[in-house]
Amino acid sequence: MTLLDFARGPALSVALAVFLVGVMWRLFSLVLLPKAPDNSPAKADSGSAIGQGFRGFWRHMWPADPYLKSSVFALVNGYAFHIGLAIVVFGFAQHIQFIRDVFGISWPGLPTGVITLASVITLASLLGALVRRLTSPVLKLISTGNDYITWLVTVLPVITGLMTVNHLWFRYETLLALHILSFALMLIWFPFGKLMHAFLVFLTRSRTGVVYGRRGVKI
Amino acid sequence: MSERLTIGEHLSQRGISRRSLLKYTTWLAGLMALPPTAPRAMAQALAAARRQSVIWLSFQECTGCSESITRSFSPSLEELIFDLISLDYHETLLAVSGQAAEDARQKAMEDNKGKYVLVVDGSISTRDDGVYSVIGGKSNRETLIECARDAFAIINVGTCSAYGGIPMAKPNPTGAVPVSDIIKDKPIINIPGCPPIPEAITGTIAYIITFGKLPELDDRGRPKPFFGDNIHDRCYRRPFYERGQFAKAFDDEGARNGWCLFEVGCKGPVTYNACATLKWNGGTSFPIQSGHGCLGCSEPGFWDKGSFYKPLAAWTDKRAALIGGAVAAGVAAGAASALLARKRKQQAIKEKQS
Repeated sequence: MTLLDFARGPALSVALAVFLVGVMWRLFSLVLLPKAPDNSPAKADSGSAIGQGFRGFWRHMWPADPYLKSSVFALVNGYAFHIGLAIVVFGFAQHIQFIRDVFGISWPGLPTGVITLASVITLASLLGALVRRLTSPVLKLISTGNDYITWLVTVLPVITGLMTVNHLWFRYETLLALHILSFALMLIWFPFGKLMHAFLVFLTRSRTGVVYGRRGVKI
Repeated sequence: MSERLTIGEHLSQRGISRRSLLKYTTWLAGLMALPPTAPRAMAQALAAARRQSVIWLSFQECTGCSESITRSFSPSLEELIFDLISLDYHETLLAVSGQAAEDARQKAMEDNKGKYVLVVDGSISTRDDGVYSVIGGKSNRETLIECARDAFAIINVGTCSAYGGIPMAKPNPTGAVPVSDIIKDKPIINIPGCPPIPEAITGTIAYIITFGKLPELDDRGRPKPFFGDNIHDRCYRRPFYERGQFAKAFDDEGARNGWCLFEVGCKGPVTYNACATLKWNGGTSFPIQSGHGCLGCSEPGFWDKGSFYKPLAAWTDKRAALIGGAVAAGVAAGAASALLARKRKQQAIKEKQS
């Protein structure tokens, strides 16, 4: 069995199994948790819970005014790598192929040149995020292993993907195998680290919006 | 047979000029990316060389490799076996049969001890003492060991002798193995493919005759001049790959427009062969040009690497049970965890009340 056979077969199987078990476990254990009853009466003009949820989610797309100035880099850089990752993950034809193969849904891909450009911007942005984490005293203080591991498993598929598409340094089959293995590593880490925010962000922001809305807090 | 004559003498007897020989060596030198001085040196070396004795053994194979060599254009099969080599044993092409054929093999081995080239196509059965493929009462394994003993070098023609090929595909009922699993003490050249490109076979043989040594080989024992590049890098459909234009089915608009076949399973990016440059039938076409993706037939285990029609980016192990099972297990674990939390909550309320 070659490295590529291993990556495309057993490695992906194990990683996908861990990812699916982990994500489902975390989501269901959270959603089914007993809720503390809110005995206070809801504010009279607070509107529907669904509207509050959407409002809360939307309002947290940027920081509140007092923090906006101090967090401009985090805001812009955060959007840069999130949008970049979305373009690369969901716009590259080969990735769409993978998704179609597993889930049966697909859409048109983008030219490889656009993907390469997005990947380079994403990589630069991720490096910028790491530099900021290491140079900002406050951020450095509150950073944990989770932050660094999450950064590593996110950046590795970007680097190996760029190398694969551009046939850099190693043979294509080796590069493709490394890229798939780095993706498998990310899948395994996903449910247990902060990457889980990709799912939880919808729950947490909306829930916060509902709680604030019920109390009549303007956000 | 005229082993005493040199190739040059033999060619002039047949009315083939030195200019024709130079033309051929120029073509061969170009093909193998040899320096500009090579054609003349090759022509001189070839003219002075004696025809190379070749013994061709066919084991667990489909004769596709022999079919392929009969379609060689430069040199043609006739030029190869009449001018360049002395094909002393080849079951399919041999005029005689039975004991006479076996005698021809024995005689060639004795007359050219230590000098003949052994060509093997087909894998070797090892299960149950190799009873699944026996020729003249001898198992393939016995014949191979016997013939390899005094060979100068071994050329594995086709993926079966080079890497086990289709006979070795799961579940490998005959215990098929490649030549390199049995013969460890001889130089081995692999010319894989299912079948290999005929010019890669004849070109490699011509190189050995000319230079008296093996061409440079890659890490899988293949001559670099023919197997140095992957098909994807030399494919004329590559621009469509770069633009993200893919055929999604064999009869869709993309296929009709000649777009990249990656999404319908082309293995060109991980397959090292000269199909995209030398092509087949005298440079007429090759599978991708005909609208079908590369199967990766010159790579080990190509038969067992998942579907030919699944893209390289796909998960080869795909199992609905694994996805369904993992989701169900995750939901169950989550529900159990929430249930425990609820129990703990009830317990805490009870304790507070009591």
